[in-house]
Amino acid sequence: MDAIASEQLHVVRGGKVVLPGLTCTVARGSVTGLLGPSGSGKSTFIRSVVGVQRIAGGRVDVLGSPAGARQLRARVGYLTQAPSVYDDLTVRENLRFFARVLAAGAEAVERAIGQVALTDVADRVVSRLSGGQRARVSLATALLGEPELLVLDEPTVGLDPVLRADLWGLFHELADAGATLLVSSHVMDEADRCDSLLLLREGRLLAAATPAALRERTGAAQLDEAFLRLIRGEGEGAE
Amino acid sequence: MSVRVTGAVAVRVLAQLRRDPRTLALIVGVPCLLETLLEQIFHGRSLVFQQVGAPLLGLFPFVTMFLVTSITMLRERTSGTLERLMTLPLGKLDLLAGYGIAFGAFAVLQAAVVSALTFGLLGLDVAGPRPVVVALAVANAVLGTALGLFVSAFATTEFQAVQFMPAVVFPQILLCGLFVPRGSMAGWLRALSDAFPLTYAYEALAHTASNTLDGRFAADVVIVCGCIALALALGAATLRRRTP
Repeated sequence: MDAIASEQLHVVRGGKVVLPGLTCTVARGSVTGLLGPSGSGKSTFIRSVVGVQRIAGGRVDVLGSPAGARQLRARVGYLTQAPSVYDDLTVRENLRFFARVLAAGAEAVERAIGQVALTDVADRVVSRLSGGQRARVSLATALLGEPELLVLDEPTVGLDPVLRADLWGLFHELADAGATLLVSSHVMDEADRCDSLLLLREGRLLAAATPAALRERTGAAQLDEAFLRLIRGEGEGAE
Repeated sequence: MSVRVTGAVAVRVLAQLRRDPRTLALIVGVPCLLETLLEQIFHGRSLVFQQVGAPLLGLFPFVTMFLVTSITMLRERTSGTLERLMTLPLGKLDLLAGYGIAFGAFAVLQAAVVSALTFGLLGLDVAGPRPVVVALAVANAVLGTALGLFVSAFATTEFQAVQFMPAVVFPQILLCGLFVPRGSMAGWLRALSDAFPLTYAYEALAHTASNTLDGRFAADVVIVCGCIALALALGAATLRRRTP
């Protein structure tokens, strides 16, 4: 069974159709990249998966239940695009709060702080941290409680390359341990770090494939070139 | 509802309050200053101070907690943390009750300090038991919190939220009977006054001041508690897990 299965998902936001009818799946135990330019509907799809998006039609199933079902709330970790943490609390206080809500213990808090490399600033108030550090506090809250599915909206934006590589290492460790990860990004050079890719453009699925299959299909060596060829190919097909 | 989650919210809100000592000082200090001013204004006519001192002591927490809560909850709505909370195993009532408990606990501190000053240094006297005045002050604080949670849904900026204070609170203070006895109000004003929760909070305080803790007093207290429950339910209705 797939971790995520969406069928003809139709979402309208502010009078504008963002997702006209998205059908796709995410395999369990994989790191799946959700790629596309900004405005392509990545965040809207992610919000639908975690059950906070009002949908106009179609359906999304997550871990065998309809997205947003009560029994999923402790099993799905969610990183919002803008960090959603309390600026007036310390890193540790923020994590303790989310851990209490999830019934996760004190060791889960320390582990999450270590996983996002914030041990040095754990007792600092979040408003005094850099943008990248704040984003990692938010990521740490999503890691609490060992979720079966992690839905991460642009987790590596604004991070230095070493830290980015470390986080991608962490994502694969979590997947190897059985978790499923859906990770959005608008940077194509992150696509190569994913097991499989969902390429979105203007709310439509351009391709769903592994990075290798995508190269083979388009004959492009680089994935951003492959993306470009897909877009052009789609344009020709429409003519 | 879950005790664990409600407790987590209450502890978190108190930790946030503690991080802001200036606001804490204002919440406790401003009512002290106002009671002192009041005592000085009516110096030599202490009968007036005796009449309005106790009701005001009970009404201050309503005003401050209404303001603080509506802004805190608005921040929760606009900063994205509310959306994040709505994806967690957290009930809407857990969130609201957590807020109510945290601000209620803080109101105990505020009421204790302000009443110590007013009953002690300023020489306010009530015929009824003083702890009842403090208990009513705390109930009013929770009422303010519950209303603040509700109206925060209708504000999109902190400027708007602040304007709800005069809009929601002032008419209630004007019509509660503190300035003009309700019996001498025009019919429509009297009807409005009947519909406002603060009217019953004021009457309960006035009954305590004159030590007439009768059936009317009990009815006032029940109505105030009912209004708290109603405002929390309305507040819960404004929290949506799914948004457009």
